[in-house]
Amino acid sequence: MADGRGPETSQELEAFRNETRAWLEANCPPLMRTPMGEDDAVWGGRNWKPKHPEQKQWLDAMASRGWTAPTWPKAYGGGGLTPQENLILQDELRRIKARPALMSFGIWMFGPVLLEFGNEEQKKKYLPQIVRGEIRWCQGYSEPGAGSDLAGLQTKCEDKGDHYLINGQKVWTSYANEADWIFCLVRTDTTVKHEGISFILFDMTSPGVETRPIKLISGASPFCETFFTDVKVPKENLVGKLNGGWEIAKRLLMYERTSISAGGFGGGAGALPIEEIAKHYVGVEDGKLEDRDLRARIAAHKMYDKAFGLTVRRAQEMAKAGDNVSHMASMFKVAAATMNQEKTELIVEAMGNRALGWSGEGFTKGEILAPRAMLRAKGNSIEGGTTEVNLNVLAKRVLGLRDHQ
Amino acid sequence: MFTLSEEHEMLRESARAFVQEKMPTAHLRAVREAKPEGFDRALWAEMAQLGWTGILIPEEHGGSALGYVGMGLVLEECGRTLAPSPLHSTALVGASAIALGGTAAQKNEWLPKIAAGELIVALAIDESAHHAPEKIKLEVKNGQLTGMKKYVADGHVADLLIVAAREGGVVKHFLVPANADGVTITQLKTLDSRGAADIAFKGAKAEPLGGPELVDQVLDRARIGLAAEMLGQASQAFETTSEYLKTRTQFGQLIGSFQALQHRAAKMFVELELTRSCVLAALSALDENRNDIAELASLAKARAGETLHLVSNEMVQMHGGIGMTDAADPGLYLKRARVAEALYGSASYHRDRYAALNNF
Repeated sequence: MADGRGPETSQELEAFRNETRAWLEANCPPLMRTPMGEDDAVWGGRNWKPKHPEQKQWLDAMASRGWTAPTWPKAYGGGGLTPQENLILQDELRRIKARPALMSFGIWMFGPVLLEFGNEEQKKKYLPQIVRGEIRWCQGYSEPGAGSDLAGLQTKCEDKGDHYLINGQKVWTSYANEADWIFCLVRTDTTVKHEGISFILFDMTSPGVETRPIKLISGASPFCETFFTDVKVPKENLVGKLNGGWEIAKRLLMYERTSISAGGFGGGAGALPIEEIAKHYVGVEDGKLEDRDLRARIAAHKMYDKAFGLTVRRAQEMAKAGDNVSHMASMFKVAAATMNQEKTELIVEAMGNRALGWSGEGFTKGEILAPRAMLRAKGNSIEGGTTEVNLNVLAKRVLGLRDHQ
Repeated sequence: MFTLSEEHEMLRESARAFVQEKMPTAHLRAVREAKPEGFDRALWAEMAQLGWTGILIPEEHGGSALGYVGMGLVLEECGRTLAPSPLHSTALVGASAIALGGTAAQKNEWLPKIAAGELIVALAIDESAHHAPEKIKLEVKNGQLTGMKKYVADGHVADLLIVAAREGGVVKHFLVPANADGVTITQLKTLDSRGAADIAFKGAKAEPLGGPELVDQVLDRARIGLAAEMLGQASQAFETTSEYLKTRTQFGQLIGSFQALQHRAAKMFVELELTRSCVLAALSALDENRNDIAELASLAKARAGETLHLVSNEMVQMHGGIGMTDAADPGLYLKRARVAEALYGSASYHRDRYAALNNF
């Protein structure tokens, strides 16, 4: 697809699988096939210091084939894979339990919209850096007065002839303090709402940019307040048309919701299945979890989880067959948030008072992480569009229910 | 796994056209008033002519072998209008049981008759108030059945019974003609107007059908097929309700513009999409003869049960007072929903089974 190639024959796909398997075998370092702790994720960027040399080695190997962004065109550093080839690649990565070579808002959100809305120069400049993990991007969307009502954003962007001048404040900017560049929604016309928004890019080291981490109830600080004071931005950094940013913003949200749902959620708890945790802390009688009520709720949760996974696969198949599945993004976001919250709560419940520690020696690392994951997961139904906003989107755009008159 | 072939698309189209034209909910009302058997034999004959009774039967026995996905699509369309017929018990449960477990002689004797629509089959499984195949007591001794079966779907109109019974401690299926000596069938008038039967066996002659492994194989097929029918019921109940939200006004507004209702409608949509994936996955697992059929059967039946429960309740509530009247459709969906939820295991039963299958 990406390079205009047609569907492959099954022999070609089989050959691709064999070649991929052999290449991964040769290039994925053993350490990168072991379970990953929360602080083992690789986000790349100018300031990244690998914890282990294997992380850099694995990233460079994957990036050399464009496989950090497998379906992007080769011309921009991507892998140029067809969707079917990508499914095989992901299959093979799962098979050897490979860690993600690179976590990236650039790959999940910004790149896809730049491919669609960016000009040739922008694509050539930004996309290869993303593929190689050289530049880490953050997302300048929410503001103190513009959360669910995102289009109410006020960050001002003025045309100063040879440059733009940006003043204002963003909030909930994920990892702004660690990011190199920002893709940012700004107001370029104050007389209209949606039609006065533009989509612009700038370097976070520009004079006038300041970030302050926000401490969450979970104890972590994955988000920042971000302040812009007279930040000068070159004119060529505007993506799409002036005042045409809302369309890009919405498309990006769709990618964001999809990527969040596909497992990018903060607060995802440990690698052990819930029932194993519960067996350990609750106990087993006649082969069944001793607490029968908890057992039934864990089963219900696992079934929902399975139904969700099957639906993601169905959406992928539908997309491959050319069906429009854009309506599913909001659905996945709602369902994934519910699921992750349910899961982290069940784990805390199963662990009993072992999950009520905050720090110190009295608890294991896993026990300390459980309540923090539960607390962090409360944000899942808020970030990337609240559950309520996504239900509005479903009701109006999918079910065709009308606005109140 | 989820993409339909052109053949299947055509089957769905023709099933939808037939059911919508000849068996809308008005047909169920007419049957309820005038057909004590709970279905219309003339329309049953037409279904057979369309080939629906032979979907799971090999071509050499007069069927079309379109597989479980095909069967599921037809059942889903029938579910949409609550079309009453013994299609599930005969063409799915009966045909698959004999095709899977039957001897050559049994297949030759029964499958062509099922394909031709000349034979109605019912599976007699439950013995108490709940679905509990692991507790079956009905016994076979010296080739003779003794005991009681409860709430046998389509048991009151069946020509041939498949009876799950214990022989030497092991549960297996047995074939018993409904008119055999020692078989007493008592018709039940049921909530959904389709009818069912309590069946007493006193020394009835029983012919073995397949081995012990056939019991779960047939039950899982019954569960998955019923889940497909329930998906159709829930989809239509939801769509009918959505339409009502778009036409009914109160306070000078369409009631569908109220956010309290919009969010509940959107949540139902999410549940339906998830359920659809489970049902399709389970149907295709049957066609591919995969090793996760049991897990997917419990998943599909439980999800379909929960979703239909939710949607049928919301259908009544969102229709307001109209939803409480016998003249409107919500009550019909609610009644069939409760029957389908219980048959072949409730959501609670299948959650328990799912946990056991996953070793916890």
